[in-house]
Amino acid sequence: MGAEPIQKVSIIISKGSLEGIYPGLILANGARAEGIEANLFFTFFGLDAIHKKRHDHIKVATVGNPGMHLATLIGGLPGMSALATHMMEKKMSELDIPPIPEFVEMIADTGAGLYACKASVDMFGLDRDDFVEQVQDIITVGESYEQAAGGQIIFT
Amino acid sequence: MPTETIAGTTVEVNDEGFFEHPEQWTPEMATELARQEGIAELTPKHWQVIEFMRKEYAKKGTGPTVRVLGKTSGVSVKELYQLFPKGPAKVAAKIAGIPKPRGCI
Repeated sequence: MGAEPIQKVSIIISKGSLEGIYPGLILANGARAEGIEANLFFTFFGLDAIHKKRHDHIKVATVGNPGMHLATLIGGLPGMSALATHMMEKKMSELDIPPIPEFVEMIADTGAGLYACKASVDMFGLDRDDFVEQVQDIITVGESYEQAAGGQIIFT
Repeated sequence: MPTETIAGTTVEVNDEGFFEHPEQWTPEMATELARQEGIAELTPKHWQVIEFMRKEYAKKGTGPTVRVLGKTSGVSVKELYQLFPKGPAKVAAKIAGIPKPRGCI
C-alpha cells in the first residue's frame, strides 16, 4: 500500500483475434468498474473489434499460437479455428463474459472512450461508417498520446 | 476487525470499508455511507439499485456485476455510472452493506 491509485488508463488493442481483443476489453471494463477513467485505442487488426460487419465473427488463432498446444499442422486444418472459437465462446458465456459486440457497447456505456487509429483506418481503406456508433472518433497516434497524458498506457 | 460507527451504530467492516455482516446494515445507514462515497443525495434510482443489490446478495451470496445490474435491475449501465461514477457494483455494494463483489467483468 501507499502507492497512488491508478486514475486513468489508455488501452491499445492491435490484434484481431479473439484472444487479442478480449484482454483489452476486460481490462477496460474492469478499470471503469473501479472508477478508473479508460480510453481504448483500436489500431491495425484490432479495428475488427469495432468493425460493424466483423466484430461478431472474431476467431481464435489456431496457427502460430503456442498457447493452443496443438501442432501447427493440426491447427491449420479446415474448421479448427471455428471449432476452437466455438469452444472458447461457450466457456466464456458460462462465465458471463459477453460476446464482443455486446461487450463493446457496454464498455461505451460505462463512459469509456472508443477511438480508431487513423493510420490503420486509412491503410485498410475504411471510414467512419464501417465502425459501430459507439466509436467516438478516428484519431492520430499523437492525439491518442495527448489523451493518455497523466495515465497509464496498456498495450495488448 | 475494524469497526465503524454509522448512523449511531457500530458495525464490523473490512479494511476497505465493506460490511462483514450485511445483517448489521439498516436503510438509515445508506445515506451516511453514500456521503462517504461522494454521493450527496440518494435518489429513488439509487435506492432501486441498493435494494436490488441486497436482494441479489440474499439470493446468491454475492453482489451482482455491472452487467447483471444493467440487465436485470431496471437501471441501464449508462445510468448506473451516472448514479455511481466511481464504479456502480463496488460503490453500490458498499452503500448496500454487502461484501465487495469479486469478478473481472
